Amino acid sequence: MKNIQTVSPNKKRNLVLSIVALAVIVAILFYLDTNKAQHSYAISIIERSLIYAVVAVSMNLLTGFTGLFSLGQAGFMAIGAYTVAILTIPVDVRPSVYYMSGISPIIANLHMPFWAALILGGVLAAVVAALIGIPVLRLKSDYLAIATLGFAEIIRALLACPQMDRITNGSYGLKNIPGFSSIFTPFIISVICIGIMLLIINSSYGRAFKAIRENEIAAEAMGVNLFKHKELAFILSSFFTGIAGGLLAVFMRSIEAKTFQVSLTYNILLMVVIGGIGSITGSIIGAFLVNCGQEWLRFFDTPLTIAGVQIPLFRTGFRMVIFSILLMVVVLFYRKGIMGTSEFSWDGLGRLIRSIPGRFGKKQKVNAEESGGDK
Amino acid sequence: MKKFLSIALSACLVMGALAGCGSSSSSSTSSGNDASASGDNVIKIGVFEPQTGENGGGGLQEVYGIRYANQVYPTVEVGGTEYTIQLVEVDNKSDKTEAVTAAQKLVSEGVVTVLGSYGSGVSIAAGDIFAEAGIPAIGCSCTNPQVTSGNEWYFRTCFLDPFQGTVMANYAIQNGYKTAAVITQLGDDYSSGLGSFFKAAFEKLGGTIVSEEQFQTNQSDFKAILTNIKSANPEFIFAPSSITTAPLILKQAREMGITSVIAAGDTWENATIIENAGADAEGAVFSTFYDEAAPANDEAAAFVDGFKAYLTSIGESDIIPAVSALGYDAYITAVQAIKDADSVDPAAIKDALKNVHVEGVTGDITFDENGDANKDMAYIKTIKDGKIVFLTTTSIDE
Amino acid sequence: MSISTIIQHCLTGISLGGAYALIAIGYTMVYGILRLINFAHGDIFMMAGYFMIFAMASFPWYIAIPITLLATVALGVVIEKVAYKPLRTAPRMSIMISAIGVSYLLQNLATYLFTALPKGYPEIPVLKKIYQFGDVSASLVTFITPVLTIVLVIILMQLINHTKMGMAMRAVSKDYDTAQIMGIKINNVISYTFVIGSLLAGIGSILYFTDRMTVYPYSGSLPGLKCFVAAVLGGIGSIPGAVVGGFILGVGETILTAAGYSTFSDAFTFVLLIIMLLFRPTGIFGEKATDKV
Repeated sequence: MKNIQTVSPNKKRNLVLSIVALAVIVAILFYLDTNKAQHSYAISIIERSLIYAVVAVSMNLLTGFTGLFSLGQAGFMAIGAYTVAILTIPVDVRPSVYYMSGISPIIANLHMPFWAALILGGVLAAVVAALIGIPVLRLKSDYLAIATLGFAEIIRALLACPQMDRITNGSYGLKNIPGFSSIFTPFIISVICIGIMLLIINSSYGRAFKAIRENEIAAEAMGVNLFKHKELAFILSSFFTGIAGGLLAVFMRSIEAKTFQVSLTYNILLMVVIGGIGSITGSIIGAFLVNCGQEWLRFFDTPLTIAGVQIPLFRTGFRMVIFSILLMVVVLFYRKGIMGTSEFSWDGLGRLIRSIPGRFGKKQKVNAEESGGDK
Repeated sequence: MKKFLSIALSACLVMGALAGCGSSSSSSTSSGNDASASGDNVIKIGVFEPQTGENGGGGLQEVYGIRYANQVYPTVEVGGTEYTIQLVEVDNKSDKTEAVTAAQKLVSEGVVTVLGSYGSGVSIAAGDIFAEAGIPAIGCSCTNPQVTSGNEWYFRTCFLDPFQGTVMANYAIQNGYKTAAVITQLGDDYSSGLGSFFKAAFEKLGGTIVSEEQFQTNQSDFKAILTNIKSANPEFIFAPSSITTAPLILKQAREMGITSVIAAGDTWENATIIENAGADAEGAVFSTFYDEAAPANDEAAAFVDGFKAYLTSIGESDIIPAVSALGYDAYITAVQAIKDADSVDPAAIKDALKNVHVEGVTGDITFDENGDANKDMAYIKTIKDGKIVFLTTTSIDE
Repeated sequence: MSISTIIQHCLTGISLGGAYALIAIGYTMVYGILRLINFAHGDIFMMAGYFMIFAMASFPWYIAIPITLLATVALGVVIEKVAYKPLRTAPRMSIMISAIGVSYLLQNLATYLFTALPKGYPEIPVLKKIYQFGDVSASLVTFITPVLTIVLVIILMQLINHTKMGMAMRAVSKDYDTAQIMGIKINNVISYTFVIGSLLAGIGSILYFTDRMTVYPYSGSLPGLKCFVAAVLGGIGSIPGAVVGGFILGVGETILTAAGYSTFSDAFTFVLLIIMLLFRPTGIFGEKATDKV
């Protein structure tokens, strides 16, 4: 991670490149947004990828930077999603949404603007995380994973239980959640969220997190308050996971408890692993690759006929098999994922392009240089 | 700060690059699809169905019905020109998150109408998207009231859960069953909804609900629940559930010596249940949309013969699932609406759908002000000697 | 609640507990030696269900059972060699992710090969004979499950305590590196562990599915998670612990459902786990581990 500190020799060039890149992206998004009808498919993939990128980065904050392997993401997303849904469904359609058991009078007329509900969703997720964190963060790696997974399941069971019908609409789910007005809403929110997480990682807190990741006992000896920092990382990560959950609710327009099963967490883990555990840009790339990949690979699910011969392997379900094999290949052979622990930089990209002849050997060297010898 | 800026921007760049790919990929698939049919004389109808996931089996049966209908009526005449109808199938994987992207895919493909889906949850998720894009959708077997309520773009060819629940309660009372138990799946809107409607109607008609149990998604052990039910000793057990859980409930109940009638909703009309539950499925009762033994009109008679041949040709058993019939009906309804509107404009088709009248395989189809088919009759069927047989029709007057 | 209902509940709980216990042993043995939560164990159990369906399609049950067990063992060993062995020196997180990946792969593979629709489990006539005592009715397998579980555990304990391989296993679980230096063939020991774990999962699968009768691609995921919780409850690494944990979970869950709280039967499992982790993280029979600097 030392490359963050090294001063780039071409500061000015990089700044120009960055501004150009931003302009290009905004232009593309603007183009898509003005031609919504033809490009709604692309827009929905980008929106979903952006939302998952936020969760992936927040999971990475915990797993990659603090070394806490938590599998509770789905639960915290559920908290954020339900908060946003309950508070933003227009008051006049609520009776039809709670058609089965009626709505509790406490929330019947409680309505908030989208941004306030979103922040509240994040805060609630963070509060729950703070409470859960006190007992759970004492546990070591795999116990922590199982305990957080357990909590996520408990949260889900609570949201779906009939006793909560008048608040969460139990088994029937919530619908009529107002959607995004334009693609820029999720774009700006996710850039802000990821930006804040980046600032945290590069602050003194972030360095303490990394110290804990490398060696807890050594970190404690250096004066890092273990519990305080673990709790902080857990709360921050859950806050952003909650926000992403809220975004997901707005993206989907209707939610139910079934969406937030363990498999959702596994999906996010997949993005983090493919991108590289310990790399923010990696997680973002991972989120986009997995989301776009799932769409691109759709042709595996449809029967394929080449020159009149039906290829027998191609049928429903094959796409997910390919996907899981891909994951295993990454885990077994490219354990570092796409980015390893390094971040994207223009210099890195330049070096990568120059080193394309004999790429593989050199690329590893570049990575080693960049990561400055940490493991 | 500058570093942050550059990283943030670079993140954006990656996104932008992928965004470009995303849009180009969608356009390339669409161009790939119309490669076979050229020019303006193609009209696209979207098929929004699960082909994998929890409801993959049922969804596929619905798709068969639609594909067959497309074979029978491959063209439609609008304003004197003949248009070829092209089906655009997407798999919503029985999952709400996937459903959103799948629906958006149909929107960007430029379909004029959408058919589907099996499973109300995904239909509800996609409903807002179709409404916003101004594309009418015709549900085949999504029975939850939430699909069409408050959405003028969604229609459906089947009856609703409140109706179905009431029908089953009526059936139970008419046959002299006074006590009932209800088993529903936690977190599933179909199962929980139907269960609640049944309960309300059954109690209104003077019956008593003696036991209410819930099970979890993916649960495969029902013995504890069934022991509770056994001790409550109901005469009638209502267990609306997916075809995955149906054989589990049936077999375990019979093994524990529960002899009460076990009943459910439309999902149970599926040969898979007989295959898996075998002799234990005998006597199970359920309501459904359609009966192949009593064709309502010429359309239905032609359908029974033609579709059986079609099923055999694709290597499936020749029992016609009700959802296939509904898929067929949804397709011919869409074609009729396009003819009535005499236009390929989705908004005009929507207006035509409001007044459409079709003699469908499952009976006459007209839509009420909510967009629900005016159906006041359900077919009650039972499983006897390893076959699904017609028992009675029930209607309710309100 | 009448006496016969209570007896019926007890039977259900104990038989469920027995099946849980058999699967939990697989988790606990692998964890004891590799310090790895084998997330794929529940899916091996599910695959064993499918193997049995196919074996029974062409053979009588007394041949089908050994074939199923053999196939299950082979699957377990292959998974170990392909997915876990290359990661011996990797950080613990990678190997855990690999385990999650295998579980994901097996579920998707099963969906692809056998479709998402449930398949009926073949009936083994001997095991399915239904016995009726007054109002209580249950098949033979319900009675056999707990008995067979206990017998198998006793045999397993003898193996571990009195054979050379058992000694090696104990040595490896105590101290991996030292055991290696002492000349124990680590890879063989690990393979044996997976053989025993998968074998028990296979037997558990036959008992569980004969009783519940349908297999589908996700039928291993929930029992898998619960059995892991059972292993943690009993103290991970301890075989009697896993058995006790399995029975606690099976009986506890049944009691909860009997009391009318079926909604919370899953949540109960995890609440129990968290309470246990808080007050006695090493489980009922677990040994206390200390951190070495």
